[in-house]
Amino acid sequence: MTRIHITKTPKCYVGGAFIRSESGRVTELRDSEGGFLANIPQCTRKDLRNAVEAAAKAGPGWAKRSAFNRGQILYRLAEMIEARGNELRDALVMGGAKGGDATREVTTAIDRIVHYAGWTDKYEQVLGSVNPVASAHFNFTVTEPVGIIGVIAPDASPLLALVSLILPAITSGNCVVALASTTQPYPSILLGEMLATSDLPGGVVNLLTGFRHELIPTFATHEHLRALSGVVNADDRKTLRLGAAESVKRVHLLKAEETIDWFADGRQGVEEIRALVEFKTTWHPVGA
Amino acid sequence: MPKTPSKTTAKTHPARELVFGDLWEYDPAPETADPKMKKKYDLFINGEFVPAKSGKYFPTINPADETKIADIALAGANDVDAACKAAQKAFTHVWSKTSGQERGKYLYRIARLLQDHAREFAIAETLDGGKPIKESRDFDVPMAAAHFFYHAGWADKLEFLAPGRKLSPHGVVGQVIPWNFPLLMLAWKIAPALATGNCVVLKPAETTSITALKFGEICQEAGLPKGVVNIVSGAGETGAAVINHPLTTKVAFTGSTEVGKLIMRSLAGTEKKMTMELGGKAANIVFDDAPLDQAVEGIVNGIFFNQGHVCCAGSRLLVQESVADEVLAKLKRRMAVLRVGDPMDKNTDIGAINSREQLERITALVKSGVDEGAELHQSACKLPTKGFFFRPSVFANVSMSHRIAREEIFGPVLSILTFRTPEEAVEKANNTAYGLSAGVWTDKGSRILKMSTLLKAGVVWANTYNKFDPASPFGGYKESGFGREGGKQGLLDYLKIS
Repeated sequence: MTRIHITKTPKCYVGGAFIRSESGRVTELRDSEGGFLANIPQCTRKDLRNAVEAAAKAGPGWAKRSAFNRGQILYRLAEMIEARGNELRDALVMGGAKGGDATREVTTAIDRIVHYAGWTDKYEQVLGSVNPVASAHFNFTVTEPVGIIGVIAPDASPLLALVSLILPAITSGNCVVALASTTQPYPSILLGEMLATSDLPGGVVNLLTGFRHELIPTFATHEHLRALSGVVNADDRKTLRLGAAESVKRVHLLKAEETIDWFADGRQGVEEIRALVEFKTTWHPVGA
Repeated sequence: MPKTPSKTTAKTHPARELVFGDLWEYDPAPETADPKMKKKYDLFINGEFVPAKSGKYFPTINPADETKIADIALAGANDVDAACKAAQKAFTHVWSKTSGQERGKYLYRIARLLQDHAREFAIAETLDGGKPIKESRDFDVPMAAAHFFYHAGWADKLEFLAPGRKLSPHGVVGQVIPWNFPLLMLAWKIAPALATGNCVVLKPAETTSITALKFGEICQEAGLPKGVVNIVSGAGETGAAVINHPLTTKVAFTGSTEVGKLIMRSLAGTEKKMTMELGGKAANIVFDDAPLDQAVEGIVNGIFFNQGHVCCAGSRLLVQESVADEVLAKLKRRMAVLRVGDPMDKNTDIGAINSREQLERITALVKSGVDEGAELHQSACKLPTKGFFFRPSVFANVSMSHRIAREEIFGPVLSILTFRTPEEAVEKANNTAYGLSAGVWTDKGSRILKMSTLLKAGVVWANTYNKFDPASPFGGYKESGFGREGGKQGLLDYLKIS
């Protein structure tokens, strides 16, 4: 007698917990041959707002962690993914990637996390400065996280692109509410499970699945999202920027209509971190 | 209770102090040098002064006596188009082929020429804008020159801004600046843009075009290649034409948050890069251990500098409850000797409000403060009978919900709130949509650093206020905008990184 296989109910990772959409809606996930795999939560704007609330709770604590501690936690995330790399690889293959490409996407994603783990206690020394002003002041510029970042991941390279967009944000102490690839959401479900075991405080990264057209307007106008980062088409760029104008949100969008090589080294680094920090300059008096 | 003087003692033995009031008037000390101004200013396009294609001019007046100073050409969409094309041509054929070192040398020349013409620029600035001559002479003009001097040196060192990345200029940058620091804001915009290899089309504010157009003469004198700098004067429509022109791939704006949002919306469908330096409602926080006399000087400088027409003005004074009465008393005494009047007089502390429109806005907001129940104190100084002037004003008993505590007044009006603990001060300071600047007054260095960490503002001044330096990046958090001006951080906003 063959044993009945246990299928998994995919859940989104929000506020450190695994949730289904408050709407109770799901979309069927099918493999490249059309076979049924699982029901993926179809998150709503209410789910997005809840995720922002979770991020708002986690934010101050995460930003206050020492840079060294954030680095250790990100490195721990790489350790957790490395151990379950095959599972992620299978998820990518299931979505249509060739075996070799899937392996490469997983290993590049892990290496990218290690890259940013190393940046946590260094970017400040690259981006900040002591400024030689012409008065008796110790004048220095440091960075601070912007706050909660809305991330909208593309369909191509669903794991690597998502990781590449999230990591520079959390490296500097921001929190993230991310919408995963619409066509290939499953790697984000697995990523959530790995985040949950990585020592990353709950709420720092929140991963949603669902339809972009349902969530983009809320990403655009939610005033507690202080920056938007992602890959979207021309119409969505306009929607996001129009919404962003209402609360002077920072917007960094890549074009969905252009091919982006997420494997390139140029897709990681301190400039990606710079895009999601604020600069604060302090004039401290010098003298007795 | 060592700090607050006992009230009963004060009643029986009033403290003796020398307040001369208006017992002896100062003799007038007017600045009289020739500002070398023209009666009529044309647009500066492609290295030449040209009339607007429509032939239209608008008057610019001296806000201190409402007399007309000059006629300014009104740039229409076709003039802006000509300016953008000239800038693009200069970029393609000349400026992009000019080495960093040579670009820097032009900027050094401009810095030197501004120093040479400092006196006439200061007078022109004061005549056109209403600010006291001592401020335009000692602050605006020297600081503008300093910005060119600082950025000149960056032009051949850009590779140190983002090691390992390729940097390239945007091409043509559209810039729109406000009326509060006309020449200085021009310098903040043009110096980094040129150092990074861009060409510019700049629109000055309609009430203060003269020093910008005089700057065109400096460009000519410096031998700057034609079209690298273009100045188009006009009002909002001209600005919109600059910002929306297809050739301006990068837009830099300084002005109100309201207009900033308007620009962000109008550019939503484009891929233009933006930097926004918008409004503010800064908290100036005075702790009970602060050197109070020094703090009062800082409070006065924070709110009355440039008639309060400063986006980073310390317009909300947060003072610790235990010293609130003492600070208010000292402040009132200090305000009583502020000299309000003729901006051209070298002894004047507070000059003219920039325009009738702004005077009306300030008046309306002050009225709302009175209506909402705050307690108004104004200095009793004599105001000139002509021109736009407003008494230095302080509101006590202000609560966070009052309009005067929330909206940017952009005038010499201070709102005083109190706090008990540092946590309450931070909470109140950050409880605003703005985040441009903040001030902290305390004797404790560790408290300065702690407060600076907690305040959501782009610039934090400790035991000082309204200090600026080309090496010090300036810009806001939240609805005060994004991007920085000055320092190494300001330059990258003018470069494409790949």
